[in-house]
Amino acid sequence: MRPTGEVILDLRNISLAFGGVKALTDISFDVREHEIRAIIGPNGAGKSSMLNVINGVYRPQQGEIVFRGEHRRNMNTYQAAKSGIARTFQNIALFRGMTVLDNIMTGRNLKMHCNLLQQALYWGAAQREELEHRRIVEEVIDFLEIQYIRKTPVGRLPYGLQKRVELGRALAAEPSILLLDEPMAGMNTEEKQDMCRFILDVNDEFGTTIVLIEHDMGVVMDISDRVVVLDYGRKIGDGAPADIRNSQDVIDAYLGVAH
Amino acid sequence: MDAQFFFEVLLGGLLSGVMYSLVALGYVLIYKASGVFNFAQGSMVFFAALTTVGIHDMGVSLWLAVPLTMIVMIALGLAIEKFVLRPLVAQPEITLFMATIGLAFFVEGLAQAIWGAAVHPLELGIEDVPIQSVMDSTGIAISQFDLVAAGIAAALVTALAIFFSKTRIGRALRAVADDHQAALSVGIPLQQIWGIVWAVAGFVALVAGLLWGARNGVEFSLTFLALKALPVLILGGFTSIPGAIVGGLIIGASEKLAEVYIGPHVGGGVEGWFPYLLALLFLLVRPEGLFGERIIRRI
Repeated sequence: MRPTGEVILDLRNISLAFGGVKALTDISFDVREHEIRAIIGPNGAGKSSMLNVINGVYRPQQGEIVFRGEHRRNMNTYQAAKSGIARTFQNIALFRGMTVLDNIMTGRNLKMHCNLLQQALYWGAAQREELEHRRIVEEVIDFLEIQYIRKTPVGRLPYGLQKRVELGRALAAEPSILLLDEPMAGMNTEEKQDMCRFILDVNDEFGTTIVLIEHDMGVVMDISDRVVVLDYGRKIGDGAPADIRNSQDVIDAYLGVAH
Repeated sequence: MDAQFFFEVLLGGLLSGVMYSLVALGYVLIYKASGVFNFAQGSMVFFAALTTVGIHDMGVSLWLAVPLTMIVMIALGLAIEKFVLRPLVAQPEITLFMATIGLAFFVEGLAQAIWGAAVHPLELGIEDVPIQSVMDSTGIAISQFDLVAAGIAAALVTALAIFFSKTRIGRALRAVADDHQAALSVGIPLQQIWGIVWAVAGFVALVAGLLWGARNGVEFSLTFLALKALPVLILGGFTSIPGAIVGGLIIGASEKLAEVYIGPHVGGGVEGWFPYLLALLFLLVRPEGLFGERIIRRI
């Protein structure tokens, strides 16, 4: 097991409802620095809603989010990005008309500081800044082994590669927490293995904390340090993969049904 | 038919085509960044030209009137974003389109309420006369004004094309156009980006208004220019800045050539409808335009 650090993100008693539909009910869990934290559960359990709360897309009606010691009622998407939370989406949200390179460059958006006038003139500082960030993006591209598709518009890529580009865009932001919503959905075994390797490498090399939602139990049990289990918007389990595997509640609600 | 005459018509057409591109550019900017077809772009051109002339008529020199109008246009652009489009975020495209139709009438009305509906001449100090040296050596008449106008338009288009493809804000603009949610998640501030786009569109409208106003006089019919931009957009693609230029050139050249060579056989007036026919044929063959983003569908 990896050495994990302090609690970096603490979710306390989060409840979220859409009208009368309760998506999340009184959920608490924490994420430690440098760990890989998985969220699992059957369809409709509230996993994606949970990520959307962390990243500020949804505002919970109740509860508190403590991120790096700062207490908040809810996050806001822009602020979340600014404070180092990057994410990928379940149904890939890439800029389809743009090339792989440009998509990943957008991940650098918050790190670039030249003003509108400098950029309009594309002179001196703006050009230097562009080149400097381009270098970092090329490193991300090398890391994900997608050099050969750098100039391809992402809309033309197969699904598995799009997922990888989306990961690249999130990585380019050098996030402290990376939220991955089903990073391996719809992939074949080989693609899944690649993705697992990238996730572990990111965690290892950059020390990035990772929160991921995944349906493939083999993957989850292999790569995660701790697992949260949701069912119908409630937390029914939280612990190391080995404990989760043996928990009767979890087996009943989830694994038991599936197998 | 001699080659010299052909070239004269062709060049004249290409130069006026650049002027069409200038109007089309305003549409492309806003469409690229927000997916909104801004029906009010023609009204903004009219508004800009009328404001410049209005300020100039008050005794202010043109050198001051133009920067003042620029400030007004940027303010107008920002106001439109804030009061019309921001409240309509996440509405279907057709709703936004309807809003810009309403906006078009509002902007036209506002311009005339402030400055009156009279026709004004606009004198930029560039004379619309053939360049003598070219005339002497080749016998082809090229208007000095057209050449200067084309130069300004080309410079503006080049600058915007680089801005869009090479800078952070340019990339953010394209990103926002593509997927709002994803753009937010990488920390692109939507409203700031839209503000910038509308301000830039206001600026482009000013340049188009000045050039067209100087050529045709500043009057209400400037708003109809907007309609001439449509075939340009269909040819060039709604999302491409180089496309707006190439589309403009094709439309400009082909309508003039059609007028001269087909016109006499069908009783003239070809210039008015030929671009639309061309656009229609083009839609059948290549609906995304020459340079537009290919429509990719997975089945």
